[in-house]
Amino acid sequence: MKAVVTVMPKQEVLDPQGKAIQRAAGALGHAGVQDVRQGKRFEITLDAADREKAEALLDELAEKLLSNPVIEDFQVESIEA
Amino acid sequence: MSALREPEVDLALAREHGLTDEEWRNILEILGRTPTFSELGIFSVMWSEHCSYKSSKVHLKTLPVDGEHVLQGPGENAGAVAIGDGLAVIFKIESHNHPSYIEPRQGAATGVGGILRDIFTMGARPVASLDSIRFGPLDDARHRFLLRGVVDGIGGYGNSVGVATVGGETQFHPCYRGNILVNAFNLGVVEADKIFKARASGAGNPVIYAGSKTGRDGIHGASLLASAEFDDTTESKRPTVQVGDPFTEKCLIEACLELMKTDAVVGIQDMGAAGLTCSSFEMASNSGTGIEMDLDRVPQRAENMTPYELLLSESQERMLLVAQAGREDEVCEIFNRWDLDAVVVGRVTGDGRMRVRWHGETVVDIPVDPVARNSPELRRPTSEPRGLREQQKLDLTAVAPEEDPDEALEALLDTPNLGSKAWIWRQYDQLVQGNTVIGPGGDAALVRIKREDGSATDKAVALAVDCNPRFCALDPYVGAQAAVAEAARNVACTGARPLALTNCLNFGNPEKPEIMWQFAEAVRGMGDAARVLGTPVISGNVSLYNETDGQPIHPTPTIAMVGLLEPWERHAVAHFREAGRPVVLLGENREELGGSEWLALRRGVEGGAPPRVDLEAEARLHDLLGRAVRVGLVDVAHDVSDGGLAVALAECTFSAPDGAALGARIELDDGIRVDALLFGESTGRVVTTTDDPVGLLELAAEHAVPARAIGVTGGDRLRIGRPGGAPPWIDRPVSELRDVWAAALPRRLEVE
Repeated sequence: MKAVVTVMPKQEVLDPQGKAIQRAAGALGHAGVQDVRQGKRFEITLDAADREKAEALLDELAEKLLSNPVIEDFQVESIEA
Repeated sequence: MSALREPEVDLALAREHGLTDEEWRNILEILGRTPTFSELGIFSVMWSEHCSYKSSKVHLKTLPVDGEHVLQGPGENAGAVAIGDGLAVIFKIESHNHPSYIEPRQGAATGVGGILRDIFTMGARPVASLDSIRFGPLDDARHRFLLRGVVDGIGGYGNSVGVATVGGETQFHPCYRGNILVNAFNLGVVEADKIFKARASGAGNPVIYAGSKTGRDGIHGASLLASAEFDDTTESKRPTVQVGDPFTEKCLIEACLELMKTDAVVGIQDMGAAGLTCSSFEMASNSGTGIEMDLDRVPQRAENMTPYELLLSESQERMLLVAQAGREDEVCEIFNRWDLDAVVVGRVTGDGRMRVRWHGETVVDIPVDPVARNSPELRRPTSEPRGLREQQKLDLTAVAPEEDPDEALEALLDTPNLGSKAWIWRQYDQLVQGNTVIGPGGDAALVRIKREDGSATDKAVALAVDCNPRFCALDPYVGAQAAVAEAARNVACTGARPLALTNCLNFGNPEKPEIMWQFAEAVRGMGDAARVLGTPVISGNVSLYNETDGQPIHPTPTIAMVGLLEPWERHAVAHFREAGRPVVLLGENREELGGSEWLALRRGVEGGAPPRVDLEAEARLHDLLGRAVRVGLVDVAHDVSDGGLAVALAECTFSAPDGAALGARIELDDGIRVDALLFGESTGRVVTTTDDPVGLLELAAEHAVPARAIGVTGGDRLRIGRPGGAPPWIDRPVSELRDVWAAALPRRLEVE
């Protein structure tokens, strides 16, 4: 199976990287760029008996390994057979 | 525009905010009415332990805070001491324990950011940081993770912002399993007549907000908010850990220092704990004025923030300042040039009230002084912990003598507490700004002082941070004295004269009489030591409630000492430099094993009375060191502390920054048991080398400091034994000892 997981800084947490990109966009003359938030995308190939098991595995992986749950949220975007 | 929907304020809500019934009655009396929700939030943070020091104040008042060189004692953002030629240094240490346990990287990083702001707020350029950090044992994966995260956070923030981390201390003990300690120190340099303070004087002067935008960071009572029928804001939207941005901080440093060269600034304060609330109240209270503020003007990162959130947010990298009327554009322009927001959010008033508007509505209208000054002052009950007297009793005759000193030395050097900390400090930029004379790994760091225009001086400051929590647990009075004495001794070992200290008092729950007793005793010990050593307490921080599941940490009064050395070229180092040099021991070896690493490691006992501290003798020893280094009699000086004389001698042989090893042959004939002689931790001792032992012994006699030649440097082995032909107790190649010492941390950390 192939799955995609995204990890983003929590909505209300300061994202210095996103802020730096937004500023740089302004420096390039794109004053219209008002806010940028930067996260991560994981493409994972896995071997799981069924979709339910895959979801459970991805949730655990995302919470314990891929994200820092204190300051980040994660989302399993897709799972394809 | 959404109307303000706030929970109804009553006693129950006040209790949820951590206020007592008595405090609630005080609030009603002060206001003559029920507070608004925002006002309740303000009272609860201003009267919290963290902001009001209500449990500790009564004890802290007893500390010596004055000295002829002290320009600013406790009460401002940080303390200041004059170092001559119109210059001053500003310094403070502060805890960031709880956030670092929740999120080690960001917690430690924002701890560094916060202490830097305390320093440059006063007009000083931050030049050197120290970090005192404590964890549970490293066989616990969680604590390996915490150590890695904290070190990464300190380095990540400190390195990016361009301030050198020049030293610190790291310890491991099971008592920190549930509560790690992260205490961050910074020192800055300023011209003595250009120190800025937290003032809001001059009715009509503009109040300016500068720096990062305000978000919902670290708002206290997050759990309360989540249950308070706002909209359906989820818990995930309300982080209690803040994320720092060192690049914004760097801009803030430069903007503030540039601004302070103008005469447009009346007063300035960083927004730390309790954010906008604490900073505005303190500034107004310090000047006997009031402030009017319009929250709609505050730069906001999140949407739909309530007045409660805006007032209590702890977003990082923000400053509040009061400018001369008519100069607001000039001030804002400087911040804008550094890419920082700066807006006028209000003005100073003459009526002593804090008035805050939001969406045209007055949400706060309270008198400043009763909130800022008349905060509660508690005399909490104290009682000596039961069983402590028993624990202090140690019958040495019942402790089996060390059967293999050679092996014991190796075992001690292999402990995380005594092993090399290079794994940690290699991750820190120790040299940025180019003033580091002695970096991490010595007794004290030594940092050259330059003026703001870059011109050199012949001054340097020596910096050390110390505490032995095991001593403090066994006897907080003596333990705190030992911490002050050791920090001063470390500073003196470079040749510097100890000037003043700052402290970070980490303790458990003050509502327990045993903890409060530890606190009171430690403060008493610190005060007595500071008085005798002539090093006033000029700033500090108290961190209470460091306990989990009823298990408190050992009392940990961390002491950071600052000394002055002039000219800095003439200084001593902590490692042997030349072969053939006589080794002279200053101080006395006593039969003291209580509270020692040896006793804990080799006999599994954390007991006995800690070694006694003779403060008068310490003062004489520090004077002697300053004199001896200045006249060129001593070129190496290393203090004897954790692990005792054998460990101190071993460190002298292998801790040169370039990794070079230089052995020594040492002969001791004290009439005390050999394990106490080698591994006892008696205070007031320093290992030195000299090219004129007769001259040094004479000078020591003049200072009434016991001193004697104990051997000579040279070769590639460390040999310690009795005079005469008896086989030595310790006889090892230095390189072997060094390899064990160097691997102590890496071999425990590089397991995953």
